Amino acid sequence: MPQVDRIAEPWGTRTPYGPGDPWPVRVDAFLEAGLREQDVERWVQSASILHSNGDAMDIAVRAGRVVGVRGRAADRVNHGRLDPKDLYGWQAGNAADRLTRPLVREGGRLVESDWDTAMERVTGRLKELLAEQGPSAAGFYTTGQLFLEEYYTLALIAHGGIGTNHVDGNTRLCTATAAAALKESFGCDGQPGSYTDVDHADVIALYGHNVAETQSVLWSRVLDRLAGPNPPALVCVDPRETEVARAAAVHLAPRPGTNVALMNGLLHEIVANGWTDEAYLRDHVVGFEELRERVANWPAEEAARVCDVPVADLREAARLIGTAERLLSTVLQGFYQSHQATAAAVQVNNVHLVRGMLGRPGCGVLQMNGQPTAQNTRECGADGDLPGFRNWANDAHVQDLARVWNIDPLDIPHYSPPTHAMQMFRYAEEGSIRFLYVIGTNPAVSLPELRRVRSILRREGLFLVVQDIFLSETAQLADVVLPAATWGEKTGTFTNADRTVHLSDKAVEPPGEARPDLDIFLDLARRLDLRDKDGAPLVKWHDAEGAFEGWKECSRGRPCDYSGLTYDRLRGGSGVQWPCDDEHPDGTERLYAGGRFFSDPACCEDYGRDLVTGAPLSGTEYRALNPDGKAIIKAAEYVPPHEQPGEEFPLWLTTGRTLYHFHTRTKTGRTPQLRRAAPEPWAELSPGEAARNGLAEGDLVEIATPRGSVRARLRVTGMRDGVVFLPFHYGYWDEPGGSGPEDGESGRAANELTLTDWDPVSKQPIFKTAAARVTLVKAGDGEPSPAPTTGASRPAAPGVPPTEGGRAALAEEGDAA
Amino acid sequence: MKLDLVLKELHRAENELGHLLLRLSERHKADHETYHVARDLAVWCQDHVRLLAEAGDAYGLSLDPSPAGEPGPVERVREKAAEWLGRRPEPGLLLLADLRHLYRTASGVSLDWELLAQAAQGARRRGLLELAGRCHPQTLRQLRWAEARLKESATQVLVS
Repeated sequence: MPQVDRIAEPWGTRTPYGPGDPWPVRVDAFLEAGLREQDVERWVQSASILHSNGDAMDIAVRAGRVVGVRGRAADRVNHGRLDPKDLYGWQAGNAADRLTRPLVREGGRLVESDWDTAMERVTGRLKELLAEQGPSAAGFYTTGQLFLEEYYTLALIAHGGIGTNHVDGNTRLCTATAAAALKESFGCDGQPGSYTDVDHADVIALYGHNVAETQSVLWSRVLDRLAGPNPPALVCVDPRETEVARAAAVHLAPRPGTNVALMNGLLHEIVANGWTDEAYLRDHVVGFEELRERVANWPAEEAARVCDVPVADLREAARLIGTAERLLSTVLQGFYQSHQATAAAVQVNNVHLVRGMLGRPGCGVLQMNGQPTAQNTRECGADGDLPGFRNWANDAHVQDLARVWNIDPLDIPHYSPPTHAMQMFRYAEEGSIRFLYVIGTNPAVSLPELRRVRSILRREGLFLVVQDIFLSETAQLADVVLPAATWGEKTGTFTNADRTVHLSDKAVEPPGEARPDLDIFLDLARRLDLRDKDGAPLVKWHDAEGAFEGWKECSRGRPCDYSGLTYDRLRGGSGVQWPCDDEHPDGTERLYAGGRFFSDPACCEDYGRDLVTGAPLSGTEYRALNPDGKAIIKAAEYVPPHEQPGEEFPLWLTTGRTLYHFHTRTKTGRTPQLRRAAPEPWAELSPGEAARNGLAEGDLVEIATPRGSVRARLRVTGMRDGVVFLPFHYGYWDEPGGSGPEDGESGRAANELTLTDWDPVSKQPIFKTAAARVTLVKAGDGEPSPAPTTGASRPAAPGVPPTEGGRAALAEEGDAA
Repeated sequence: MKLDLVLKELHRAENELGHLLLRLSERHKADHETYHVARDLAVWCQDHVRLLAEAGDAYGLSLDPSPAGEPGPVERVREKAAEWLGRRPEPGLLLLADLRHLYRTASGVSLDWELLAQAAQGARRRGLLELAGRCHPQTLRQLRWAEARLKESATQVLVS
C-alpha cells in the first residue's frame, strides 16, 4: 500500500473525478509504529472530533489501547480519507499527563482528591448559591466537542432543572454566526446544502473559508474536482494567500472589516446585470425590494474602493457567481469572526435566494461550523437556543418543551434570549455569576483580551469548575477539576456541518478515574436531586443510548428531527443526515427543495434581529414580515469597524488557524507529528509590509495592540499589505507561565491582543479586526520562522526548508478496504 | 405654517439623542455591546442633524449642521473611570437607568418625526416627507435597541 508523509502532503494523493461522478474512495490509515493491520484486535466505529468535517473513521484497538485509525470507505462525508489531525491526533489520548483523578483547591493549590469529595464541593457550592441568589448565579460554558447526548443532558439539567438562562458553548466563537445567518434567512438553523454539492457545482465561492486547513478532507474533494474534467471555478475571499486563493479563478483580498461592503458590491452587480431568478423571488422570498434599494448604492467601483480590491476582480467574481448554473457557497471565520459577521453571512444567503440556487444538486450554501459537533450544541440547547430549535420567544414552543420535560413552563427561563458566552463572562466580572462550570474548553486561551479573561477566572468570588482531559490553562485556575473521558473512551453521536449524524462507539477504558462527561452530568443531576413536576427524577436516562432516545422525542416534529434514527441504524454503515423521520427514513440530503422552508411564524426557530443593532424582532413584526413562511432577504448597511489602524497602531491584526492544530492545542500539541509540524506561534506580514518595516523572515518581532503584546518569529507570506496575522492556537500550558505569560513577559497567545467586541446579532466575538503594530525585537540569524510551509503560511520567497513529517508521519493510502 | 418649529425641535432632539448615545457608551465602556452599538447608532443621529440643517435652510432656519458630538477630554477621563468602575457590580442598575432614559428620549424623537411627516403630508412638502421616511425608521431602530438592551439586561440586574 502506498505510504505518504501526510505532514508534507496534508491532502494526500489526487483521485480526480468529473461533475456528477461519485468521488473515488481512498482509505487513509495510520497505526502506531511497528504495527500492521493484522495486529489490530478490533476496529471500532467513530468519526472525527478534531475539526468540523465529521470524517468517519474506525479506531484500531490492541491490548486495551487505541493504536491507530482508518477512514471509513463507505461514509458519505470522507469516502475513506482522513485529515492529518485525525491520522495522528489520537495519540494524545494516550499522553502521560492525562487527568486521571479529580482535583480540588486546598490552600490555594490544586490537590488530588476523589469523586465524592469533588462532586460534593461542586454541588454544595451550587446549592448554597441557588438558595442565596437563585439560578442567575450559575453559568455553564461548554465546548464544541462533546456528543449530542451530553449536550442534551446538560441542557435539560441547566435550563430545565437548575433553571438558568446562562448556558453557552465555545461554538459561540466559531459558529454562532452560521446559526444566526441561517435563522435570519431561513427561519431555522441547519445547512441547506450537502458536501456532495462539491461533486456537482460549476462555481464554488468560499467566503473567509480557508477550507484547505480547517476541513482538509473537504478540500481534497475540491482538489479532486479541480484535477478532473470540467472543473469548477473557485472564487476566494480572504486577505491571506491561502491554498484556496492559489487555486481560485478570482481571489479577492478585501481590507479587514469590509465584508458587508464587498457583498453589497457583488449583489449590486448580480442585480444590475439581471442575473436574478424573478420567479423564485416572487414565489419563495420576501424582502427583495429592500435589498434592491440598498445595493443600488453599492456600485462595483464604490465597493472596490472601500474594500481596496481591484474593481475588475470584483466584477469578475460577480460574473462567475451571477452566471453559475450550480453555485456552491461556503462561509467560515473570515466572515464569522469579523466585523458585521451576521450581516455579511446573510448576504451570502441572499446571493442564493436572488439566484434561486437552493435545494438542487450543486446549489448549496454551507454556513460552516468551526467545531466538530457545533451543530449539536445548537440543536440541543447548549449553545443559547432552546432544544430542538425551539423559539424562546414563542410561548407555544416553551410549553411544548415543558411537556417533553414534564415541568412547568415557568421553570424554563425564556425572559430574554439565552445568555451568550461573552455576556456570561461579563456577569462573572460584575459578580452576579458566581458559579461557572466550564466543560472541555479553554477560555484562558480562546477568548478575546486574555488579560481580562484571566482576571475574571481568578476572581475571588467566582467558583470555577473545569471538566477536561488535561490540566489546561483554564483548569489551572479552577476550584475543582473533574477528569473526563474523551473520544474513543465513551459512546455517543454527533452531527457535522452538513447535518450528517455519526455514531462514535467506546473503544477503550478512560485512564484512571476519568469518567465520560455524560456520567458526570448524570451524577450532578442526582446529587442536586432534580425532579420533574410529578416528583420523578428529571433526567430519565442512565446511559448514552437512553439520552439519544430522549433527544429523539424532543426533536420529533421539529426541523432537526432525529426520530427515525437509532444506534443500530447508525452502526455499521455511513452517517445519516437529519431530518430523519417516518417521512424521510433515509435522511434528507438537501433542505428547502421546491422553496419549502421552516420559516412559518408558528414553526420558525427565531423571529430574527436587526442586523446592525441586534435587537430581536417581536412575533408580531415577524408575522407581518413573513406571514407565509417564505425565505427572508435582509439587506444590510455597511458600518465601519470599531477599531481601526491609526498612527500608533498602523496595521490590521487578524488571527486564524493552522492545518496542524485544533482549538488550543490540547490534543494536537501533545501529538508528536503535529507538534513538530507547527511547534510555536509565528507572525505573518506581506513582502511589501515587511520591507516597509525593515523586517525579514525569521526576525523575532513583537506584535502589540492596546491590550497587550505577543512575541513571535516572522514569516513573510503572500498576504495583503497592511495586515499582520497570528495563529490563535498557542497558549501557556507547555510554557513556564502555565496559565498565562510569566510576570512582565510578552505572551504568545494571539488573544492577548484581540479586542472585546462581538457581532450584535450572533454575539460571536470579533477576532479578525484590531489595530496593531509590529516592532523588531531581534534580527534573525538566517533561521526561518517555525511556520509551516504547506498552507497559507507558505513563504513568499524561496529558501525555507519545506515542512515534513519524515518516517514518523508515513501514513497509508489504500483502496476500499 | 409651523414646519420650522418642528424642524427646529427635531434638530435639537436629534442632537440630544446623539449626545445621549455617546454618553451612554462612555459611561458603560466595560459593557462592550452597549459601548460599540451606541457609538454606531450615534452616527445616525449625526446624519439626521446634518440633513435637518440642510432642510432648515428653506425655512429660514440656520441650524448647525455639525452634531453636538464627540466627548471632550473631561468626558474621556470619565470614560476611563467608567471602564474601571464598570468591573464592579453597581453599574448594572446605572445601565438600566441610562437605557430607560435613552428609550424615552428616542420615543420623543420618534414622535417628532411623526409630527414632521404629518405636517409635510398636509403641506405637500415632498422633500420633508422623504426626509422623515429616510430618518424615522432609524430612530425606531434606536428605540427598539434601547428596549431590547433593557429587556436583556434587566433580569440579571434585578434578581441577583
